Amino acid sequence: MLKGVDLAVYPGEILALLGPSGCGKTTLLRVIAGLESPDEGRVLLEGQDITPLPPERRGMGFVFQDYALFPHLTALGNVAFGLKGKDRLERARRALERVGMTLFQDRKPGELSGGQQQRVALARALAPGPRLVLLDEPFSSLDAGLRAATREEVRKLLKETGTTAILVTHDQEEALSFADRLGVMRGGRLLQVGTPEEVYLRPKTPFVAQFLGRTNLLLGEGKGRYAETCLGPVPLAEPAHGPLILSLRPEALRLIPPGEGPLGEVVAREFKGHDLTYRVRLLGTDREVQVQESPTAPYRVGDRVGIQVVGEGVALEAKAPVGTD
Amino acid sequence: MTLRLPHLLGLLPFLIPALLTGGGVALPLLYLVLRALEAEPKALQEVLLRPKNLELLLNTLALLLGVLLLTTLLALPLAFLTARTDLKGKRFFAVLLTLPLAIPGYVGAYVLLAATGPGGFLPLPRLEGYWGALLVLSFITYPYLFLSLRAAFLGLDPSLEEAARTLGLPPWRAFLRAAFPQLLPALLSGYLVIGLHALGDFGTVSLLRYETFSYAIYLQYTAAFDRVYAAWLALFLLLLTGGLLLLEGVFLSRLALAPAGKGASWRARPVRLGPLAPLAYLLLSLPVLLALVLPLYALFHLASRFPRENLEGVREALLHSGLAAGPAAALAVGMALPIAYLAVRYPSFPARLLERLAYLGYAVPPLAFALAWVFFSLKGLPFLYGTLPLLILVLAFHFLAESLGPIRGALHQVPRRLEEAARTLGETPAGAFFRVTFPLLWRGTLAGGALAFIGAVKELPITLLLAPMGYSTLATRVFSYTQEAMFAEAAPFALLIALLSAAFVGVLLWSERRF
Repeated sequence: MLKGVDLAVYPGEILALLGPSGCGKTTLLRVIAGLESPDEGRVLLEGQDITPLPPERRGMGFVFQDYALFPHLTALGNVAFGLKGKDRLERARRALERVGMTLFQDRKPGELSGGQQQRVALARALAPGPRLVLLDEPFSSLDAGLRAATREEVRKLLKETGTTAILVTHDQEEALSFADRLGVMRGGRLLQVGTPEEVYLRPKTPFVAQFLGRTNLLLGEGKGRYAETCLGPVPLAEPAHGPLILSLRPEALRLIPPGEGPLGEVVAREFKGHDLTYRVRLLGTDREVQVQESPTAPYRVGDRVGIQVVGEGVALEAKAPVGTD
Repeated sequence: MTLRLPHLLGLLPFLIPALLTGGGVALPLLYLVLRALEAEPKALQEVLLRPKNLELLLNTLALLLGVLLLTTLLALPLAFLTARTDLKGKRFFAVLLTLPLAIPGYVGAYVLLAATGPGGFLPLPRLEGYWGALLVLSFITYPYLFLSLRAAFLGLDPSLEEAARTLGLPPWRAFLRAAFPQLLPALLSGYLVIGLHALGDFGTVSLLRYETFSYAIYLQYTAAFDRVYAAWLALFLLLLTGGLLLLEGVFLSRLALAPAGKGASWRARPVRLGPLAPLAYLLLSLPVLLALVLPLYALFHLASRFPRENLEGVREALLHSGLAAGPAAALAVGMALPIAYLAVRYPSFPARLLERLAYLGYAVPPLAFALAWVFFSLKGLPFLYGTLPLLILVLAFHFLAESLGPIRGALHQVPRRLEEAARTLGETPAGAFFRVTFPLLWRGTLAGGALAFIGAVKELPITLLLAPMGYSTLATRVFSYTQEAMFAEAAPFALLIALLSAAFVGVLLWSERRF
């Protein structure tokens, strides 16, 4: 499942693992937790090799995708499960208080809503004061409205308690907004790790560029600070030379009335409220590019337009040439 | 997920009982084969070529097929009426119709013998032989088919029939072509249970004197003392059982009926019976009258003529039954827990094999199983032969599967995630099991224990062959008194068994929450 993953998480940091389903991100999380053992490789915690340790001796919190709350215990009983000592109930109460669930402490999981279960699961994982919290798609069973708010709360809580966390998700927006750093995975490999800005603005591979939002992949010839492409010269974020593949975000392009420069025909228009994305076919080719415009842009399907490059492109590491979309 | 050595060591507490169980079921059966092959070639030839064998085979098959046919005729309409129609009180009838399950075959035979013929309270000629056995076995086993068909009727995805209607089929053809094929797995699994009962039945056929393999084995073993022939007959019976299991497996694998979609969330509209309703009630009442009211009436009627001075015997038999069945049930649960745990948590070939073995111990006709254990213990554990612990052990091995069902079902309700959550919160595997899995499992465990207990109380042939000398239980008392036509003397024992067995059905319904 996993192939040569090398990943480090720093104290107090929130790291997101992002990738399509089946990319190995959940497996990686389970290997870190000790729920699965790797065939090769090591897991280090604060410099110590913990690979042979069973999960119960790793001191990590785990928030499961479906929360895995114990159905026979109350919310308080669930949170107190991992606590020892006389004051365990007191500490469990404090943990429930932190997630605002004091009122529901005597309810069984079946009597709680999805969002409430989520908070209890989080409180349960945080209560023993773990060195690292692992979150496996914790927001995916919440409905959209609740998801953003819960995400923000959880982030605040993790930061307040100074807890290191690894979050697994397939939702790029969630990864970008939740994490301090994120890693993109595919086919059991870790493709790129960096801050959300780095990974979004400087993707290293076509897959990363496409997985984190829309992009145009263009073939070009590096000429130092710019590259020559079918859209004319495109400024580069980093100087490059020779044949290359370029990622150019739709927001790096604008539509203008036909004139000088590359011409195209609008083939699709997708209105999304806060912005508007056009698909434009370059004249005389079957190549299409995506352009993000303001919602007031006047062009309709079939219109002739000019395409202007307003942003920078990023040269990608790719061994084999990739099609232009 | 790969299993490493530390994982395996952690599994050891589960592995050892699981392996013991495998040995307890498989070894005696293997030894039975060895024992049968031990005979001199000449004697072997003589044994194999006896014309009696063919007669026994034909008798056994005739009974098997007759029972399957009659139970289908009973169960199919009953299941339809209680699941898919607008009859009032259909759930109540469904419970009543399940209750005959509680009556052991020898009690059924006892009632038939006591009620008919000269001296009986019904003015009917005594029904013995094939027709008597057919009637008794069918009326006490049809509930298995009824339950599985009813569940299938209730679980039918109505959108399948609706799709057939939109494709132009009239209602009854839509039912036949779209819905009925979905019932086949239920029909097959019902047939399997009933078939195993019919093959394994000893009490009914021996009391009604219909010579099947079971009856012949017993005669050979107790009256003719021909142990080699008894071993061979047991082997024939085992082969027949194996054939039945195989046949079911083949049919089931041909029916790939996994639903393609999620299925509709609504239930089919009940069929309106209108003026046919009284007829339906009549049909529903018939099995209740014949298989429930009549036996109960007969039992109470006969028990009232029970000679008072024999009460001490009842107390003793009750104690003996409890002393054998109680520990056997505890042992069965103790073995079923690790087997179910391995099968559900670590599904692998060995785990599946173990589980199969446990079910095999149950599917094997009890008389053949008991005989295998007689031979095996005489050879391997002579100090155990003829003692109570051996009886307990064999009862536990046989009824293990009864406990396995509810425990396995309950274990499926405990997702692996829960144990993993406990592990990440600092619990060891064993700690996770006791703090999380077990509290969620106790209901299933209790049901499994109760089923094994009641099963062991009702059990006749294993007790007959393996109980210590002079150790008479409720079941053996009913059997021996009935053989002597001492019906009044047998009555309180039979009544106690019937009442205990009613508790059996109660536990079954409670644990599966079918109604």
